[in-house]
Amino acid sequence: MAMLDRNARSLLLLEIAAGMWLTLKYFFKPKVTINYPYEKGPISPRFRGEHALRRYPNGEERCIACKLCEAICPAQAITIEAEPRDDGSRRTTRYDIDMTKCIYCGFCQEACPVDAIVEGPNFEFATETREELLYDKEKLLVNGDRWESEIAAGLSADAPYR
Amino acid sequence: MIIQALVFYLFAAVVVASGVMVISARNPVHSVLFLILAFFNSAGLFVLIGAEFLAMILVVVYVGAVAVLFLFVVMMLDINFSELREGFLQYLPIGALVGLILAAELILIFGTWAVAPEAGQALAAPALPPDQLTNTHAIGQIIYTDYIYLFQAAGLVLLIAMIGAIVLTLRHRPGVRRQKIADQVSRRREDVVEVRDITSGSGV
Amino acid sequence: MVEFWWSYAWPTIWIVIQILFIVVPLLIVVAYLTYAERKVIGLMQLRMGPNVVGPFGLFQPFADALKLMTKELIIPTGANRVVFLLAPMLTFILAMVGWAVIPVDEGWVLSDINVGVLYLFAISSLGVYGIIMAGWASNSKYPFLGALRSAAQMVSYEVSIGFVIITVLLAVGSLNLTDIVLAQQDVWFFIPLLPMFIVFVISALAETNRAPFDLPEAEAELVTGYNVEYSAMAFALFFLGEYANMVLMSGMTVILFLGGWLPPLDIAIFNWVPGIIWFALKVSAMLFVFLWVRATLPRYRYDQLMRLGWKVFLPASLLWVVVTAGAIVVFDWYPGVVN
Repeated sequence: MAMLDRNARSLLLLEIAAGMWLTLKYFFKPKVTINYPYEKGPISPRFRGEHALRRYPNGEERCIACKLCEAICPAQAITIEAEPRDDGSRRTTRYDIDMTKCIYCGFCQEACPVDAIVEGPNFEFATETREELLYDKEKLLVNGDRWESEIAAGLSADAPYR
Repeated sequence: MIIQALVFYLFAAVVVASGVMVISARNPVHSVLFLILAFFNSAGLFVLIGAEFLAMILVVVYVGAVAVLFLFVVMMLDINFSELREGFLQYLPIGALVGLILAAELILIFGTWAVAPEAGQALAAPALPPDQLTNTHAIGQIIYTDYIYLFQAAGLVLLIAMIGAIVLTLRHRPGVRRQKIADQVSRRREDVVEVRDITSGSGV
Repeated sequence: MVEFWWSYAWPTIWIVIQILFIVVPLLIVVAYLTYAERKVIGLMQLRMGPNVVGPFGLFQPFADALKLMTKELIIPTGANRVVFLLAPMLTFILAMVGWAVIPVDEGWVLSDINVGVLYLFAISSLGVYGIIMAGWASNSKYPFLGALRSAAQMVSYEVSIGFVIITVLLAVGSLNLTDIVLAQQDVWFFIPLLPMFIVFVISALAETNRAPFDLPEAEAELVTGYNVEYSAMAFALFFLGEYANMVLMSGMTVILFLGGWLPPLDIAIFNWVPGIIWFALKVSAMLFVFLWVRATLPRYRYDQLMRLGWKVFLPASLLWVVVTAGAIVVFDWYPGVVN
């Protein structure tokens, strides 16, 4: 009987019919696609995207040129040079990140004692030339200004777990 | 009518030209492609004389099946053209002799060709006037009535050739493990998987 | 002069106009078949399919065509130039000429020849040449392997297609496609000849090299097989030819088994709809099945494909020819033959 059952199943193509029925059901199911450039998926507050240098609310840059980020960077993507500024405070004169070397491990933001260097939520910074990916201090500060609200929101959302 | 004549000469010229190219083309694959062209244009000639069934059968059988196999074989063979050229002069006398004998025989046959006077009546008359009968029906009526034995005999000859090819190449090799698809498909989990409780350290 | 116009020039022009009326809609159908394929398979895989170019991505085929037209045609150094360029043209032309005998409505046919089915069969059996020539002329190993596979596959499945056609012919008693459709006034042939219908549809998939029988272009192993070396319009012609062949085989299925342009029921509302609409609907349904199968089934292994063709379909269709012929003789169901 089982033999007859099996042969009848294969002769009537029942398994193929079952498979076709399944795909037909999926044909009418709601689709899960996110229409990317117009719609985006949610991003974790810990998302490690494009780097940014932040400022204090009064406009003073946070970075104190301690070079901890440069020291910890496993890809050695960060280059910092520093001098005392006219008012005596210690600031960077040069803060470069080679984004082609960066591996987005997030160690720099973990190492930073003043939350100056952070990896923001932006992941759409593809460029047409390689040179544009060699970020300097000015570019990083501009990033910080542009993404400050999102960065601050992310940091405060993550703060309870630190 | 003039159009038909023009088309006839076009097809005929292409048949002859491609026939010449079949034997003169340097590349054997080109030869086969010209052969296909010749078949195709012969089919066109059949259509012109109203024998559309024969034309389509010619295309289906010769172009669709036989020539594909020719092409297969010719493509698979790795023919060295320069070696072929080397033997050309050496075999020329024999080839020329065979060709001459064939030509002489053909001339003899056609020179003494005579149609028997009663042949005209011997042709099987179709059951219906030709304007009501498609030539598919006409051929069927002749083949399956008057010439049924010859037709079946021709079929048998082909069948024997096929069986012969199979017999010559079939080898029963012992110890070959063949895939049994039905067995694989009908395998069930219960037949092949066994779940056991193993106490730690004791092994199966 | 007047005689020349009415007996030669005007008929020629009239035929050219008719050909345009067939080929232009056909090309549009083929273009939108590529769109439908991406959309249907996308929807079945819970994706959206093309949706950016135009509303719902409807202009996608034109974007693709423009892209292919502006690309560069590359002929490999080792290729046989003439055969290399001839192959895509042949594929495309053969996919088009089959439509000369397809009746899309009663009397709506370019050439109502007596041996219509044989003509279609011959044309579809010629399709293998485009592929085999392309594979050989490319002078490259993947195309050649793809071409060999394709040739063996198409020749194998043609045999069972031939027997399926013979069963239909037994039931009709004519090789004319219009007669075949009109013989299905009472009941469409896919009901009495259901096993043959299934064999035909599966063989049609194999004949057009569609999934699950798309071994000649198996992208995973042969990097798309015979058309690896082709680019630009030469590739586009292969692409168009393949999809036009799908439409042709669907049309053939509809005529042989699904009652051509006849409405499903002989009632007034259905009869108001023109026959060509019914024909188009049925062809679309068949094409949907083609795409649906592709979205569902994985590819066959090559030896299994050959086994299916020679050891399953050939005996089955041969048996069914005998059964059909026997039934016709025993029950005296001779179709309405001329004599």
